[in-house]
Amino acid sequence: MSQMIKAQAESRTHLTACHDCDLLFHIPHLKKGEQAHCPRCGALVMERKGNSLDYSLALALTSLILFVMANFNVLLRMNVGGRTQEENIISGVNELFVQGYWEIAVLVFIVSILAPLLKILCLFYVLIPLRLNTRFPYAKEVFSFYETLSPWSMTEVYMLGILVALVKLADLATINVGIALYSFAALIPFMAATDASLDDHEIWESLEPTD
Amino acid sequence: MKKLYNTAAHKGYLLCHTCHLLSKAATHVHSIHCPRCGTRLHSRKPNSLSRTWALTLTAYILYIPANLLPIMTVTMSGKGEPDTIFSGVKELVLGGMWPLALLIFFASITVPVLKLLILTYLLLSVQFKSSWRPKERTILYRITETVGRWSMIDIFVIAILVALVKLGALATIEAGAGAVAFGGVVVITMFAAMSFDPRLIWDALENDHE
Ligand SMILES: [Zn+2]
Ligand SMILES: [Zn+2]
Ligand SMILES: [Zn+2]
Repeated sequence: MSQMIKAQAESRTHLTACHDCDLLFHIPHLKKGEQAHCPRCGALVMERKGNSLDYSLALALTSLILFVMANFNVLLRMNVGGRTQEENIISGVNELFVQGYWEIAVLVFIVSILAPLLKILCLFYVLIPLRLNTRFPYAKEVFSFYETLSPWSMTEVYMLGILVALVKLADLATINVGIALYSFAALIPFMAATDASLDDHEIWESLEPTD
Repeated sequence: MKKLYNTAAHKGYLLCHTCHLLSKAATHVHSIHCPRCGTRLHSRKPNSLSRTWALTLTAYILYIPANLLPIMTVTMSGKGEPDTIFSGVKELVLGGMWPLALLIFFASITVPVLKLLILTYLLLSVQFKSSWRPKERTILYRITETVGRWSMIDIFVIAILVALVKLGALATIEAGAGAVAFGGVVVITMFAAMSFDPRLIWDALENDHE
């Protein structure tokens, strides 16, 4: 009897390896919301999120709208003795270029503008066809690129940078915050929720060729 | 008696680090590709130790100009005042902005130094085949992987300030060469953490049993 249950349980597990310590072990078939951790080093090896594609797509779309608003509006406005200076996210990059510090300009451009934008666009490229039960060419490469981009998208760190700059300038001048700052602040939780909603194991399984 | 564990490397399995598919390696041929996503499969990240050493040492070297050279210069009414990372923190303390001083001290000084020291320690411990507390060392590795990005705060503050404080003769802010070096340290330590393979920490335990 117990032998049978064990055999049944065994067939519903599959072999996997831990990416952090290389341990080879069986993980049970996970239900929605369940996680599997490595028994040796504790790494999170698999998580079944079970969110619908529509949910992830809605979050990604909201992120895209907020991203556009954050980049095409005024971020900060400074008033000193009747003079007004406005800036948006790209003007910092531009000014660094003008001053000859192209290395930092490129770095700031990539981590605060390019990587977040590409991440959202990559998701649309992969998720929209999946939703329509099809696949675009190079969908796997695009999804793999999305995962590579993740550490280089630093919107939340940039936000903290804005706050630090605000405090530093507080006694020098009057600073008004623009629509871009609110949009940017809202973008961060939405991008985080988009990332968290994705079940990468499930996406890789659905990207597998079926023939 | 020590508990014996099976590892993928021992049993001839290869884990794809892109799509997490486990494949059985036929023999020990190189250039096997993942049947699902096409990524080239490796039992361990290729040349992980030498790559991580090279990047870590480069970051140490760059760390010197990053701290000695000014990261930005504030010019007010014609008088220019260059700021290094450390003098920036000192000014915040003198200005009574304690929380901000602590934040910048943590992000710009503690995080990069800690990251370099942890990477060095992990590299040495793997090199000397240490079997001491592998689980804790793996956790240290995960910390270096996630915390590094926060060092970028100072770079972002500079990017925001240079564009906003352009008030001609009244006040201007210019970036400095120290910021280039510091940005280099952040990026290179991120690459160093990515090229380190935490499975090497556990390989020392395997060799113990044989
Ligand atoms: Zn593990
Ligand atoms: Zn793969
Ligand atoms: Zn290899």
